[in-house]
Amino acid sequence: MNLKQGILDGDKRAVARLISLAENGDPEAFKVIKELFHLTGRAQIIGITGPPGSGKSTLTDKLAKELRKRGNTVGIIAVDPTSPFTGGAILGDRIRMQDLTLDEGVFIRSMGTRGHLGGLSKATHAAIKILDIYGMDYIFVETVGVGQSEVDIVKTADTTILVLVPGLGDDIQALKAGIMEIGDIFVVNKSDREDSDRLVTEIEMMLDLKQGDTTWRPPVIKTIASNNIGIEELLSKAAEHFDFLISSSLLKSKRIDRIESEIISISKERFIDIIYNNPDTSVSIRELSKEIYEKKLDLYSAVDIILNNFNRKGVGLC
Amino acid sequence: MNTTKRIRVIIAKPGLDGHDRGAKVIARALRDAGMEVIYTGLRQTPEQIVETAIQEDADVIGLSSLSGAHLHLFSKVIELLREKKADNIIVIGGGVIPEEDIPELKKMGIAEVFTPGTSTKDIIDFIKSKVL
Repeated sequence: MNLKQGILDGDKRAVARLISLAENGDPEAFKVIKELFHLTGRAQIIGITGPPGSGKSTLTDKLAKELRKRGNTVGIIAVDPTSPFTGGAILGDRIRMQDLTLDEGVFIRSMGTRGHLGGLSKATHAAIKILDIYGMDYIFVETVGVGQSEVDIVKTADTTILVLVPGLGDDIQALKAGIMEIGDIFVVNKSDREDSDRLVTEIEMMLDLKQGDTTWRPPVIKTIASNNIGIEELLSKAAEHFDFLISSSLLKSKRIDRIESEIISISKERFIDIIYNNPDTSVSIRELSKEIYEKKLDLYSAVDIILNNFNRKGVGLC
Repeated sequence: MNTTKRIRVIIAKPGLDGHDRGAKVIARALRDAGMEVIYTGLRQTPEQIVETAIQEDADVIGLSSLSGAHLHLFSKVIELLREKKADNIIVIGGGVIPEEDIPELKKMGIAEVFTPGTSTKDIIDFIKSKVL
C-alpha cells in the first residue's frame, strides 16, 4: 500500500496504518508526515479531559454527532491507560461511540498510553497530524481518565474542555495546581445529579480568584451528555473560544508553543535513542549503573562519561 | 525511537446475544499478555466490526457468539474483510459453537475456533504464533 497516496485519496486503511507506524516509532510514518506537513494546521483540535467516569466518551460521541449534522468531518483519538506491568491495554472508549463507526466522515482511533505520563500517548501528536492531513475539520483528543497532574492536553489542544461530575471532592480540590487550571471550558456533566449547582458555584468561585490573563473567562456549562442536553451550547462555546484565539492572536502563539515543546520532546527521544542504541556512541548504561551501585562512581560523573563519549563520537545524528 | 509493535486485537460480539463475560475474560487475558485490546461492546453488526478493525489497524479480530448465529455472522465478517481488502486481519471465533460447525467455519476462513473450556494461554499462544 502506498501510504502517502492512500491518505491523500482518503483511504482509511492508509490512515490507520500510518498511525500504527507512528506509534511503533517507524520512520516511514514520519517520512509521510514530513512530505505532507504543509497540509497540517487546518483542523481545530479540541481536548476532552477529566476524571474517570465523568462521561468524556459519551460527550465526545454527542459532540461529533452534532458536528456531523452540520456537515463537518471529525477525527477522534481516544487514549486509555496501558498496564505498566504487562504493556497491555483494554481500549474501551469506542463502546460509547458505536453509532459513529460506520459514518464516512468520522475516524475513531483508540490508543494506549504505552508508558507515557501526562494523560496522552507519545504518538498522539503524530496521530493528530495524520488526521489533520486526512482532512478532518475537528479533531477530538480524549485523554485517559486524569487525576490531578495529567495536563499534557493543554499543550496539545487549541481548546481544552474539562469535564467534571458532582461528588468527587471538596472545594480545596478546586484550588490545587494542575488539572483545574487547564480548562478553557468547564463542563459539569451528569448535572441531573444532586450537588451539581454547588459544583458550578465552586468552579465559578475558583475562576473569580484567577489572576493574570483575564481576557477569556472559561464558561461553566451543565450537560447531561447521555440525554444530549447541553451539547449545542458546549459546541457554540468551543466555537467562541476558537474565534477568541484567532482574534487575539493567541492561536498563533499557542501553536508556536506547541511546536516548540514537540521539538524538544522529539529531540529528547532521538537523543536518548542515540545514547542507548547507536553502537558508535553508546556506552553501557547498565555497566555504569552497576558501578554506581558499588559506589565506584556517582550518578553525575556517569552522565559526564556518557555525554563526553557522545561529544567525541557524536556523529550520525540523523 | 524506542517503541515496539504491540499486537492489536478487536474483541467483538456480533449479533443479538446479551452476555459478554466470556469476551471480557478473554480481553483481560490478552491485556495481561501485553496486547492492546479494543473492546467494542455488545450487539455489533459485521459491518461495524470490520470498520472498527480497519480504523484501529487490528492484527486480529476475536468474535464471540452465544446465540447460534455464528455461521451467518462470522461468514459475513470474512466476506466484508475480503471486500475491503483487509483480509490480512486474522479472525478467530469463540463462544457456544458446536463441534460439527468448526470445520465449516475454518473452511470459510476463520483461523481457529476456541470453545468453552479452552485455556486462555492457548488463545494467547495461537495469536502470537500468527502475528509475531
